Amino acid sequence: MYFTVTTQHGVAHTVEGRAGMSLMQNIRNAGVDELQAICGGNLSCATCHVYIDPLPDGAYLPPRSEDEEDLLDASDHVRDNSRLSCQLIFGPQLDHVRVTIAPED
Amino acid sequence: MTEHFDCLIVGAGHAGAETAIALRQSGFPGTIGLLGAELVSPYERPAISKEYLAGTKDFEQLLLRPAQFWAEQQVTLRLGRRATAVDPAARTVTCDDHTTIGYTVLVWAAGGSARTLSCPGHDLDGVRVLRTKADCDQFLAVLPHSRHIAVIGGGFIGLEAAAVLRQHGKHVAVIEALDRVLARVTAEPVSRFFEAEHRSHGVEVHLGARVAEVLGRDRAVNGVRFTDGTVIPADQVIVGIGIEPAIEPLVAAGAQAAPGGTGVLVDDLCRTSLADVYCVGDCTVMRGGPGIRIESRHNATEQAHTAGKAISGAPRPLRLLPWFWSHQYDLRMQMVGLTIGYDRVVVRGDPGARSFSLIYLNKGRVIALDCINTPRDYVQGRRLVEAGVRIDPARLADTRTSLKELAATAA
Repeated sequence: MYFTVTTQHGVAHTVEGRAGMSLMQNIRNAGVDELQAICGGNLSCATCHVYIDPLPDGAYLPPRSEDEEDLLDASDHVRDNSRLSCQLIFGPQLDHVRVTIAPED
Repeated sequence: MTEHFDCLIVGAGHAGAETAIALRQSGFPGTIGLLGAELVSPYERPAISKEYLAGTKDFEQLLLRPAQFWAEQQVTLRLGRRATAVDPAARTVTCDDHTTIGYTVLVWAAGGSARTLSCPGHDLDGVRVLRTKADCDQFLAVLPHSRHIAVIGGGFIGLEAAAVLRQHGKHVAVIEALDRVLARVTAEPVSRFFEAEHRSHGVEVHLGARVAEVLGRDRAVNGVRFTDGTVIPADQVIVGIGIEPAIEPLVAAGAQAAPGGTGVLVDDLCRTSLADVYCVGDCTVMRGGPGIRIESRHNATEQAHTAGKAISGAPRPLRLLPWFWSHQYDLRMQMVGLTIGYDRVVVRGDPGARSFSLIYLNKGRVIALDCINTPRDYVQGRRLVEAGVRIDPARLADTRTSLKELAATAA
């Protein structure tokens, strides 16, 4: 299972993802340092912010929680397709998903 | 033959590891050595009193970077070694295994060690601290046989551990010497809230209680006696009473320390008073600041990146807006700013509803927020602290107006 993450400089990395681990952790394990995750996935910051491309067939995302909404809402760079990557667990439902790292606040 | 690094980092915790990362991100071309006392690759320390203790994350998920990252980035890890002396003239660090390592630039990121008890019984089997993975592993190994756990210290570590241990089904007693928990960092409404939450989960909370002796039988803990004579049963004792900064070798080498030796003094580029010696993380006190150590993951990371950039020739003075988080039961608290010097607090929201903020003011300006189960107030409140705005306390308390709106109107 794979996903593609594009950095703010436009460099795309296609990565074999590990199921059961968050997308945030998968991105960082792939060596893409640009994605920060300061609070370690504790829904206490918005540094793991990504934009999700239109999903491939068969893929789906869980809805944003209210807390995730609040944290994203405070970002200057929030878009409709924004998510906190620490809240998305990689697995078959995210196979072939394409994401872009959002600018830092 | 003595090993040498262009940049030697002493300490492989958050601050040390992030310094190495920052150096490579800044294009630092020299050799980097990362010296750590613990025998494991750098990892998330905040999880030791939370997810790792709870068993909801395994160690691999805590690594700051995958194990192969350091070699790939040409950062040489030297684990299981502690620096015991620094010679700033010769530019060498001596380790506890009697080896010597040379450096061109030194970054001291040694953090601190958990304070231990000094009363009778302090060294009985079952008395332990919770700072490292090894501490936690040793505790987890005996936890299945433990029923009564005494947690000494009502600060963040103590309360986080208490919450996890209650969820493990243990009987837990928190013993706090002051008259409320979290007394050093928060105001009374937040202290009382957490006290009530812990009690409602069945934690025994003892306030104004000082430990006179840890009692034992056959070298193993079986109780704790307070100075007032109260005895409580305990087969394990967790000591969460703060850290001692690990600065002795650097201070002995001549680095200026804050009064009382509470930390190494650094400027806004994280430089010490010694040439080509930086200091970052839990053991620092910033000049011109509030005069205290800021022991947070955020501070460690920010200082590390400041030092990394400065060493790489692109210095950027650090302007820190400190923030912190704690996680106990289903309570998520985020804190921003420093509460030192507050002269007024405003409760925003309803503690009874278990979602509220405490806003700290100094001379009418917002200086800090404690936000419990309200990430909205946290992210929006940050702007108020950054701007140091003066806002009518009544409007801060009025939840019908968002902090975002208040920030906009105050600008």
